[in-house]
Amino acid sequence: MRKLKEFIIEKLVLISGLASIFFVILIFLFLLKEGLSLFKFVNPLQFLAGKSWYPISEPPQLGILPLILGSLVVTIGAAAISIPIGVACALYISEIAPGKIKETLKGGIELLAAIPSVVLGFIGMITIVPWIKHIFNLPTGLTALAGSVMLAFMAMPTIVSIAEDALYSVPRSYKEGALAMGATHWQTIWRVMLPAASSGILAAVMLGIGRVIGETMAVMMITGNAAVIPTTILQPVRTLTATVAAEMGEAVVGSEHYFALFAIGIVLFVISFAINVTADLFLHRETKKI
Amino acid sequence: MVKFNINDLNIWFGSAQALKGVSMKIMRNEILSVIGPANSGKTTFLRMLNRMNELHPNFKMSGEVELDGRRTSELDVESLRKRVGTVFALPLPLPLSIFDNVAYGVRMHGLKSKAATSDIVERSLQEAYLWDEVKDRLGTSAFKLSGGQQQRLCIARTLAVEPEVILFDEPCSGLDPISTAKVEDAMLKLKVNYTIVLVTNNVKQAARVGDRTAFFLSGELIELDITDKMFTAPSDHRTEGYISGKFG
Amino acid sequence: MRNPKRNQKIAFFFLFLATLLIVVPVGMVVVIIVVKGLPAINWQFLSDIPRQGMRAGGIFPAIVGTVYLVLGAIIFALPIGLLAAIYLSEYAKENLLNRMIKLSIVNLAGVPSVVYGLFGLALFVVFFKFGASILSGSLTLGIMILPIIITTSREALESVPQSFREVSLSLGASKWQTIRHIVLPNAIPGIITGTILGIGRAAGETAPILFTVAAFYLPQLPKSIFDQAMALPYHLYVISTQVPNVDEKIRYGTALVLLTLVLFMNLTAIIIRYKFRKKKKW
Repeated sequence: MRKLKEFIIEKLVLISGLASIFFVILIFLFLLKEGLSLFKFVNPLQFLAGKSWYPISEPPQLGILPLILGSLVVTIGAAAISIPIGVACALYISEIAPGKIKETLKGGIELLAAIPSVVLGFIGMITIVPWIKHIFNLPTGLTALAGSVMLAFMAMPTIVSIAEDALYSVPRSYKEGALAMGATHWQTIWRVMLPAASSGILAAVMLGIGRVIGETMAVMMITGNAAVIPTTILQPVRTLTATVAAEMGEAVVGSEHYFALFAIGIVLFVISFAINVTADLFLHRETKKI
Repeated sequence: MVKFNINDLNIWFGSAQALKGVSMKIMRNEILSVIGPANSGKTTFLRMLNRMNELHPNFKMSGEVELDGRRTSELDVESLRKRVGTVFALPLPLPLSIFDNVAYGVRMHGLKSKAATSDIVERSLQEAYLWDEVKDRLGTSAFKLSGGQQQRLCIARTLAVEPEVILFDEPCSGLDPISTAKVEDAMLKLKVNYTIVLVTNNVKQAARVGDRTAFFLSGELIELDITDKMFTAPSDHRTEGYISGKFG
Repeated sequence: MRNPKRNQKIAFFFLFLATLLIVVPVGMVVVIIVVKGLPAINWQFLSDIPRQGMRAGGIFPAIVGTVYLVLGAIIFALPIGLLAAIYLSEYAKENLLNRMIKLSIVNLAGVPSVVYGLFGLALFVVFFKFGASILSGSLTLGIMILPIIITTSREALESVPQSFREVSLSLGASKWQTIRHIVLPNAIPGIITGTILGIGRAAGETAPILFTVAAFYLPQLPKSIFDQAMALPYHLYVISTQVPNVDEKIRYGTALVLLTLVLFMNLTAIIIRYKFRKKKKW
């Protein structure tokens, strides 16, 4: 009896352990199943490099280049803002902030990560968007820049907490050695801590960018959603994610448009997969080295 | 009467060999002391007797270990460990009350009756000379006890499942001399009913309580003899060197 | 000339500034929503259905919908997630399979939320023919929060000292008995923390429920798990972008309710973790 029970539980535990692999494969398969049908109508190159996205014109034009560029512009902007600030904040928390403040800041950053993206999108609509409109004297504040600023905030918790972990796991002896040689605290941080934690910080940056590329609701609410190839960051853009979220509701199941949105899903899945695997390799290297 | 019969035992952890060709017998109702310097394989030897080494992911072995004439590898591992209990180097109470610590083993082996459990807890604590000190606070956390009390609690916990053999793995390494004396006292009294294998770093302790003593060095059994003889006239110069404190 | 002391002062000032740049806006977001949303909150707002094309009335159906979705997601994800965590912490060996499982978890955590929406649509809504329903939405959210539950539970299980397991096994307890009676009870606070974080995440996500369950406007409550439902985050999205001329108060009020729900969950999780760390017995 006891043996049998033990056996059943062990198998159940194993199956659940395998569930993650199963779900990742399942997600990919179902994206492929729906998305690949598109290429009966459009060739993949046309899809990826086509310059116009008019899914409901007749015949539909399904080129996602403007969307890829839209995502790219917003992401680069968000990275430019969030990487320096995020890493600086991680340094402050791990190296400078005294005990109590450190814990409070870490809790605060965790709370930022928890704020739903739709709430941040809403806040962006009533703050950043009108500000940008006034500052740059534009017809609308719904621009790539607004998206970048908002997304920078969504990437920061990821960057700060993973970079902070990486800094924390640098062996104390490195730091003590540098300080003992008469280096100032800042010199130690700049010359010793940052290089020693570099692969972890790189992983933090990549995962932050991953979060930005995948972010949907806030972007959809504040970037204006114009599917044109962007030339400046002060014009409305439309990202890959926002396109899927905004249009799937109207797309007819089984239509070219429907398949195209799944094909965008494949693109997003592949990007996030690549980012996560690489970041994981960096994190892995970090732990091995020490 | 032979309790354990060990024949040409080799054990590896990964590529490192921890025991090399060990053959010996452990007699019923004796106290066998196992001595040797650090990394001599004595703890590996002890943990092999109730197959605790198997918890190590890269464990490999060859050779035979028989308990009462049956190979331990053929026995059900849970009932083997019920018959062969362990007291660890450090006092390791479970995060439970004093009562639940002692009752844990028998409950896991299926005892449901409250009265019977209480009886076993009381008897085990008395056998470990702890009953008088804790009888009024059986419900409090075992972590509230002193180090020596915790170690005697661990002995009581092992006794509660009514083992035939008790393995002591340097049971006094963390204790002061008075607590050590109490634990040694307990061991000598337990000898009547149990077979005891004691791994110790303390050569004097081996001399005080062991009927026979085994000396391990670099994974090999160098010498096994009556304790008095070993400490007065060891047959191997390495044993003599270790006992007299030249190394280790 | 170069002055290390002064350089350090300048550098630290900038690090501090960067931290302020994150903390102050976050504080402002919360303050703005609380200050502007609080006047909207009253019993009627919380208990009434939306009226006049969502320009008046309350948000009760959206609250109920979110509660149902979150419950469904947890019922699905907690058992699988906990067992998976037990596998990783207690049974898995350091091998390729284990590495692949860990990589899959990292990837599940990184898949964009809208891709979960697509997946839920293709698998649950279309393939299994559950339609847009609470069932489809809950399952989609459940898979999405799986990595959170697995990761936090696994950490909790692994923080139980190895020696406890050895003691239990040495007394002849079986592996499962050891997990059940020694490891799990001591990991419960961590598991609860993970579950609450998962709830918070599921309650706040919009993209995964867009095509799997969310109803634009549904004045009555769902009657079965095969019904569509409104949900708070989607409702906020709708009244902020899709419906013109909604009173600001209603938008802020909805945002406040959603934010409170999510932050309350996270705060609870943080507090449980903190308390538990302080009174750890070993």
